[in-house]
Amino acid sequence: MSKIIKYVFYDIIRNKIVLGYTLFLLLLSIGLFNLSGNPDKAILSLLNLVLLTVPLISIIFATTHFYNSYEFIELLVAQPINRKKIFLSEYLGVACSLAGAFILGVGVPVLLFGASITGLYLMLTGIFITFIFVAMAFLASVITRDKAKGIGIALLLWFYFALIYDGIVLFILYTFADYPLENATLVLTALNPIDLGRIIVLLNLDVSALMGYTGALYKSILGSLWGIGLAFGLLLLWIVVPYISSSSIFSRRDL
Amino acid sequence: MKDLNKPCFIFLTFILLLTVEVAFGATLKVCKTCAYTSVKQAINKAKPGDTILIEAGNYKEYGIEINKPLTILGRNKPVIDGNNKGQIMTVTASNVTIEGLTLKNIATSYRQDDAAIRVIEQSNVRILNNIILNTYFGIYLQNSDNCVVKGNIVSGKDITGLNESALGNAIHLWYCDNAVISNNKVEGHRDGIYLEFVKDSEVKNNLSRNNLRYGLHFMFSDRNVYTHNTFRKNGAGVAVMYTRDIRMAHNTFEDNWGAASYGLLLKEITNSAIYNNRFSRNTTAIYMESSSRLDIQQNDFDKNGWAIRLLSSCTEDTFKLNNFTGNSFDVSTNGNSTMNYFKHNYWDKYSGYDLDKNLVGDVPYRPVSLYAMLVERVPPSVMFMRSFMVDMLDNIEKVLPSFIPENLVDEQPMMRKIKHDNDRKLTQNLR
Repeated sequence: MSKIIKYVFYDIIRNKIVLGYTLFLLLLSIGLFNLSGNPDKAILSLLNLVLLTVPLISIIFATTHFYNSYEFIELLVAQPINRKKIFLSEYLGVACSLAGAFILGVGVPVLLFGASITGLYLMLTGIFITFIFVAMAFLASVITRDKAKGIGIALLLWFYFALIYDGIVLFILYTFADYPLENATLVLTALNPIDLGRIIVLLNLDVSALMGYTGALYKSILGSLWGIGLAFGLLLLWIVVPYISSSSIFSRRDL
Repeated sequence: MKDLNKPCFIFLTFILLLTVEVAFGATLKVCKTCAYTSVKQAINKAKPGDTILIEAGNYKEYGIEINKPLTILGRNKPVIDGNNKGQIMTVTASNVTIEGLTLKNIATSYRQDDAAIRVIEQSNVRILNNIILNTYFGIYLQNSDNCVVKGNIVSGKDITGLNESALGNAIHLWYCDNAVISNNKVEGHRDGIYLEFVKDSEVKNNLSRNNLRYGLHFMFSDRNVYTHNTFRKNGAGVAVMYTRDIRMAHNTFEDNWGAASYGLLLKEITNSAIYNNRFSRNTTAIYMESSSRLDIQQNDFDKNGWAIRLLSSCTEDTFKLNNFTGNSFDVSTNGNSTMNYFKHNYWDKYSGYDLDKNLVGDVPYRPVSLYAMLVERVPPSVMFMRSFMVDMLDNIEKVLPSFIPENLVDEQPMMRKIKHDNDRKLTQNLR
């Protein structure tokens, strides 16, 4: 299994897209830290960019990579290797290389300029988001054999989590404004990994003072070690659920 | 001629000295080796108009009653330690001056409001340049007119972990007219400066910081002037309630940052002027409720959460020539606020153009963003702050305004930041 991971890893590094991604993140983070003198502010801007670009690049790259290595996967399937193992190696190869790029590109500047607990949360959120969206990409890829359709589904997933979901929730909140919605908001944000990641980081910054009663409620839950554990546990669930479903589809499917 | 004049001159001088003696009274010295070893003794022996000079030293006294017009003067900072037993000085005579003392240790008492210095129903009392430490109430004036509280340092306790009822106010005035409160530094109390039913008074050059509730708190206190004060890191900055004809100018409100903090909280205040103040890093710089006919001009709002929260119960307020920079929300309102007037302000979020180069933007600016309105109406939606969706909604609304209040608009926003001539810097250096 480790051989397959190694092969996938080398393959990804050779095609230079991940290298470009690393450089892009590195330039962005260093630029932001130098532009704003306050590391807290830089982390805030970085958070916005991370939550927008990391899911997009992860999901698109993973989908295209999956389709491009279809022949290689077919070759492996012909060998006496468990399909689940092949799938896991593919997944880990892609996700780890993207997460590595993220750690290099964002983690190093954060460590240099703004090493703090908030920075750590930003890093963890970014890594989790990478794993989540690679898992979703794989789910999109195993659903259909058609590459265009697969990328379309992946894009739609990104669009849903980054944009449409927030719109829907805001609409729900607006419609039911007369009811106490604090707990409902809590549940609704937990159902979107991007929102969850954003809130974990925001609550550790100054801006959390603007969040009033709802913010206080979130803080009372997410402020403790147990709450942070719960939040990251939820993010873990967001990796596991799409991964297991795609893995089972892959092992049952006629390639 | 000269010789003739000489005895006459000496005689005149003598007469003059005598009259001076009568006018200023005797000086009674208090120190460990003097005739008087305690302040109480000296006060008992003193006649009206005398001066009691307290030399450096540590005096353990409390319950000192000043019942005749005296000047109590401390030389080389003598310390009067109340030892947490009760009130240190109670003034029950007019024309008293208390100057240059260090008073400390007043216990928290829930039954009576013990203070370091309390003035009861007198006038012309002057409390100058004292240092008051570790107290429940610092300086407490009740029913006393024409008093001066100047140059005092009132420092309470470490407020972390305490609640409001366990703390008193640093400078507390109740039913006092024509008071002057200036150049004081107050910290570590419930309210820094508390005024209730105080009229025609002046509060200037004070520094109020790290108080649990408000830096300055006043109610039913009309026609007062507040200038050149600094309110820093208080629970809620300044709260102004049920008052009219106020003038607030050149004050600094900063770092009043927390979940329930405000720079300036206005409730039912009318006909007042708020000029040349600086608000920076407050959660809400100005919160306005039921306040009308306010003139808010030439203020700087920088890096606040909300610069102005204008509730729809406010009418006929004017906002002119203010700078709004780096605020998360410039203006927010909970309804269709009308009748408030914005003109010639500078907004850093303004993206209009100026074709005729008169430094006034040609396109009106609407300072209320869609998201700010949404947050005001549905508070839980604040959890979507910094979400990509929210930024997009705001931008769409900016291009095609349809939800945000139509009347809340700056028709003539400025293109450049307005330079206010403020003499605030000068006072800050002096302090």
